[in-house]
Amino acid sequence: MSKTVDILQGAEACAKGAMKAGLSYFAGYPITPSTEIAEMLSILLTKDKKIFMQMEDEIASIVSIIGASLAGAKSMTATSGPGFSLMQEGIGYACMTEAPIVICDVMRGGPSTGDPTKGSQGDVMQARWGTHGDHAMIVICPDSVEEMYYDTIKAFNLAEKYRNPVILLTDETITHMREKVEIDFNEKVELIERKKPVITADKPYLPYGTFDDDVSIIGNLGDGFGTSITGMTHREDGFQSPIPKIGEPLIKRLSRKIEKHSDELFELEIINPNAKTIIVTYGATSRTAKTIIAEGHDEIGLVRLKTLFPLSDNKLIQATKNAERVIVAEMNLGQIFMETKKALACTSTQVELLSKVGGALITPNEMLAFIQEGQS
Amino acid sequence: MKGEKFINPSRIPSIWCPGCGNGIVLHSVLTALEELNYTKDNVIFVSGIGCSSRSSTYTIFDNIHTLHGRAIPIATAIKLVRPDKKVIVMTGDGDSLAIGGNHIIHAARRNIDLTVIIFNNSIYGMTGGQFSPLTPSGKRATTSQFGNIENQFDAMKLLQGAGATYLARIGTYFFTQMTRYIKTALQHEGFGVVEAITQCPVYYGRLNKMATPSDMLLWQKDNLVFKDRLSQSNIEGMDEKLLIGEFVNLNAPSYLQKRKALLERI
Ligand SMILES: Cc1ncc(C[n+]2csc(CCOP(=O)(O)OP(=O)(O)O)c2C)c(N)n1
Repeated sequence: MSKTVDILQGAEACAKGAMKAGLSYFAGYPITPSTEIAEMLSILLTKDKKIFMQMEDEIASIVSIIGASLAGAKSMTATSGPGFSLMQEGIGYACMTEAPIVICDVMRGGPSTGDPTKGSQGDVMQARWGTHGDHAMIVICPDSVEEMYYDTIKAFNLAEKYRNPVILLTDETITHMREKVEIDFNEKVELIERKKPVITADKPYLPYGTFDDDVSIIGNLGDGFGTSITGMTHREDGFQSPIPKIGEPLIKRLSRKIEKHSDELFELEIINPNAKTIIVTYGATSRTAKTIIAEGHDEIGLVRLKTLFPLSDNKLIQATKNAERVIVAEMNLGQIFMETKKALACTSTQVELLSKVGGALITPNEMLAFIQEGQS
Repeated sequence: MKGEKFINPSRIPSIWCPGCGNGIVLHSVLTALEELNYTKDNVIFVSGIGCSSRSSTYTIFDNIHTLHGRAIPIATAIKLVRPDKKVIVMTGDGDSLAIGGNHIIHAARRNIDLTVIIFNNSIYGMTGGQFSPLTPSGKRATTSQFGNIENQFDAMKLLQGAGATYLARIGTYFFTQMTRYIKTALQHEGFGVVEAITQCPVYYGRLNKMATPSDMLLWQKDNLVFKDRLSQSNIEGMDEKLLIGEFVNLNAPSYLQKRKALLERI
């Protein structure tokens, strides 16, 4: 099949990717700069006789996609800053119940209402740790419209595979930007579907006691398995239990099922790996780094984080092992900088922060000046 | 006993205190399901958080015990994904009308095809007896020791205003009538709610001079007045009294019916 050359908006690429992945239930509440995703999906899903719901708020949106998922649908929501904050309790519920869901958070200026129309990367740590309690999270971060399409499909696949929420963490710039893409929309892509329980006469059905590589095999609600689900610490049959001997292995397994795959989940794009100065960055900010390298600055390397979490220290150490200076460039006050420092603590590499907040992108000149003149 | 076949014995005893009315409400729901010939495979129970919300987890049906206040939006999605199933929400007065108040009015407005059972024990039971939006004005709770100065919701009026198409209120004292209303609600197409007044002697009764379950049931006998039998004599002291009966029973297009029509049109 042939690739279509087209001009797409990031939001459009996300909606198209979701449809390609088999999305059958979307719920959301309007908020800039993510609304275009809902608007597009309201048309695409309805035409396809799938379900689009505009809920009364983001709390209803997140919990309803969890309900839809546990009843067998591939489901997602899209939101920004304040809406993402409202969803945090629901995200933890999805971790605990092992509900595969996709949340697209289009980062805008914060805190609070902040600046709805400007880009930011301020939600990184919220995406990782926004909900209470120990849990694992998969957070992926596209840096182009084309990657938005493929990352959306990937988000659904990872959610189904690990039975966990997956956060597609993007920003105002990538989501509102229109740029050229080359995508074969008819191409057959690999789609992962959650496993269904196999019931045998000799074994009772234990939705939270039958695993495939630490991932529970849970029957969808309505499939007649007698599935019982709770957000409380639960036994193998899904019934709540206050016994520490049941709680401890459960909580550890929920993190382990993802953390043990950190090396494979933590994907990087690397340019000029032998450079002595390496920019570590992600999302919109990596476009700035790519611009200066494309202008001929081959003395500068790029390590772009395609996955933010789970973060693999090993892979980050390997990717920066030739560098004398690692500069983390981000549109927040140092959220991935702190993670990078932690990862590289056992090396002698110097880690510096190029940070910008307030809504404007880091320009190529600003990045070059920082590299040449150091921290101002 | 009717409905007993739907109980999951591995999950009994329940967490409910001796004398609690929640078991009566659950029994009534399960009786209604048995009388209407429902089976394990065509019902999904959804509940929030609270003593009453534990009820769904004691059954053999597919069930999901969710977050405080969020049973209704979760049930909405489940019904949309599984329109062939009867989706029943079990919720407390705090769960449905305080933290979940926004969701219930919007579900009523949508006339989404759900059956909602509100266990009204006039208190937050699970957290130990704080006042709820259905604690009557003047009554005591652990956070209104000097008498509640807030007004209570009238759930029937609130939900009628919001667009619910089946509404009934009844108490555990009237078990047979309760089962009848629940059966009507289960057969209703659209958003149907039964508010089941239930006794919490431990947290509500003790603070309000009704320390035993029988005191509380006698209170129901004396103070719950069928709205169709309202007269000058039983309206006296209406302050305490509460109307029971069917408040709304309307035939209006449900969300699923409208969705079906929409999909046919486009
Ligand atoms: C977000 C959140 N806030 C507060 C609580 C604590 N909490 C648990 S149950 C409950 C109230 C229960 O009252 P109600 O819904 O009337 O049910 P009942 O226990 O009386 O049956 C509260 C406040 C919680 N679990 N989650």
